[in-house]
Amino acid sequence: MAQENSVLIRLEEKANKLRHRIVDTVIWAGSGHLGGALSMIDAVTLLYYDQMNINKDDPYDADRDRFIMSKGHAGIGLITILEDLGFVSEADLRTFNHTGSNCGIHLDGNKVPGVDASTGSLGHGLSIALGYALGATQLKKDYLVYCLLGDGECNEGAIWEAAMAIGHYKPKNLITLIDRNFAQIDGMTEDVMELEPFKDKWEAFGFHTEVIDGHDSAAMKDALERARQGMDKPVCLILETVKGNGVSFAAGDYGWHYGGITDDMAETAHRDLDHYHETRMAQLKEA
Amino acid sequence: MAGLSYTSINQTRMATGEVYCQTLIELAKENPRIVALTADLGKSSKIGEFMKQFPERFYQFGIAEQNMMGAAAGMAKAGLIPFTSSFAIFTACRALDQVHTDICYQNVNVKMIASHAGTSFGQAGTTHHSTEDIAIMRSLANLTVIVPADGIETANAVEAAVEHEGPVYIRINRGYDQQVYETMDYGYEIGRAVTLHEGSDVTIIACGSAVFQALQAARELDAVYQIKARVLDMHTIKPLDKAAVLKAVKDTRRIITAEDHTVIGGLGGAVAEVIAESGMATAFRRLGLQDKFSPIGLHEDLMAHHGIDTNGIVNSVRELMQLDFEEDLDWEDEV
Ligand SMILES: Cc1ncc(C[n+]2csc(CCOP(=O)(O)OP(=O)(O)O)c2C)c(N)n1
Repeated sequence: MAQENSVLIRLEEKANKLRHRIVDTVIWAGSGHLGGALSMIDAVTLLYYDQMNINKDDPYDADRDRFIMSKGHAGIGLITILEDLGFVSEADLRTFNHTGSNCGIHLDGNKVPGVDASTGSLGHGLSIALGYALGATQLKKDYLVYCLLGDGECNEGAIWEAAMAIGHYKPKNLITLIDRNFAQIDGMTEDVMELEPFKDKWEAFGFHTEVIDGHDSAAMKDALERARQGMDKPVCLILETVKGNGVSFAAGDYGWHYGGITDDMAETAHRDLDHYHETRMAQLKEA
Repeated sequence: MAGLSYTSINQTRMATGEVYCQTLIELAKENPRIVALTADLGKSSKIGEFMKQFPERFYQFGIAEQNMMGAAAGMAKAGLIPFTSSFAIFTACRALDQVHTDICYQNVNVKMIASHAGTSFGQAGTTHHSTEDIAIMRSLANLTVIVPADGIETANAVEAAVEHEGPVYIRINRGYDQQVYETMDYGYEIGRAVTLHEGSDVTIIACGSAVFQALQAARELDAVYQIKARVLDMHTIKPLDKAAVLKAVKDTRRIITAEDHTVIGGLGGAVAEVIAESGMATAFRRLGLQDKFSPIGLHEDLMAHHGIDTNGIVNSVRELMQLDFEEDLDWEDEV
């Protein structure tokens, strides 16, 4: 248990660093998708620093696990991980979105090492992930494929075409995660286009579906480990999150999908994130 | 027209998307058949304001462009005039099958307002650059394709689209456009190019954000190099104003096209077809993306990168002036 906890503490420390990095990058870039980056960062930190098999020395390692971030607009979140892993440099982060930079809002897999698909047009990622999974099986590779969707993104018909095909092929090497932050651009998901009963929908397409707190790394870790052990069905984890998590002025507000922040706001954001981190650390140490 | 008047002051305070939305609100007050549709881009496309004015005439489809286009076709068949608002890339690429089969093939009265076009959302990268849509949309029968030069021309185009029976694609930019027109009264007509600058040495045919740049270039060419360039605002790509192109060929014999789009199949392609079929020898060049996806960056930087800013156009015109071409229209000497 104690060992378990130290892993969680390490993950929280990493996530904390990345959250601050996201705010910095929004400032360097002039604007950015703060909300959707902060909602997914705990899950993606868990994947990259605990769950996925990746080669820090070779982002192109043929046997690496793949991560398809179908909600491509959260590139400003993923890039902080790729920088932390050393796949891109801090200079890349500082020029994020600048003319001529390799790193723009939606990361280009041909320009940014470690990006397994150039996403940004919503609704593509799950099909690509399915293709990777079928390809791995065909070529007798044993890597796993993780695909992260936005909840608003699930408005797209293509997601359900992919879901149907996954229900059909039942690949054992693909795990679908959904950043269920209940927000998209024009409003809250249930106001824009009703998704509920969301879990039932995924189940109806043949997925073993769990709804988990997407900021509870222990619960997500547990679910992922269970998913990998006995997958007789495709797995979908609906991660309930908060858009703009940890930053007072953005948390839970769909209006914080994309935008610029002032230096003052960045200061507030950093302070909020410090406080958020302290609270989480205290909880972890208590447990 | 319907008594709309967007002054230059309005335009400088408004993004082109806002001008579109205000125009549509004005028109909708008089025409109850107008409805607005979006796919989770009400805020970005600015059409969200329409929802405040006419909540019962606004339809939110969520992030589902194909469904929106199919439903728009049905609404038009039922007698409405649906205006769809999404990014150009998702209108022309994601929803293309529905646009092709449900809207154009069935020839229904849907107006597609395609924003964030060209490289105007430059920082978002290739997934959001729309640099093939003119070519794609131009190839669809029944569809009218309009690329306004600025906000005022967008207001004119939206108004004309309501009056025009049949599907229309209007391609606009993200954010603010450089202002080309002072008022709406310059005789805007679908399919009729506007001559913005007279000249006898060369003609620059431009659309969208390249129009302002072409006009600046013409002024510089005149002032610095004594090159007299005609500038045509070719706001309608289909039906193309062939007469204006042919007149330009006859009068100037040198033609250059400029567009924030690939040189394949767009404005440049359309003009090339007219020139080739005319049989008249012409020194000709197409400016735009040279069969490449664009790098990321600010719109103005990308326009410079692709040679469709003022400098790029000036340089290309000067090169074109050096090109040789057959001087006469006499075919007798050909073997
Ligand atoms: C096909 C397509 N349509 C529209 C958009 C514009 N867009 C970018 S993000 C977004 C909202 C995404 O919401 P969600 O998937 O819930 O993401 P999150 O809230 O996690 O950021 C939209 C509509 C797009 N990128 N792709």
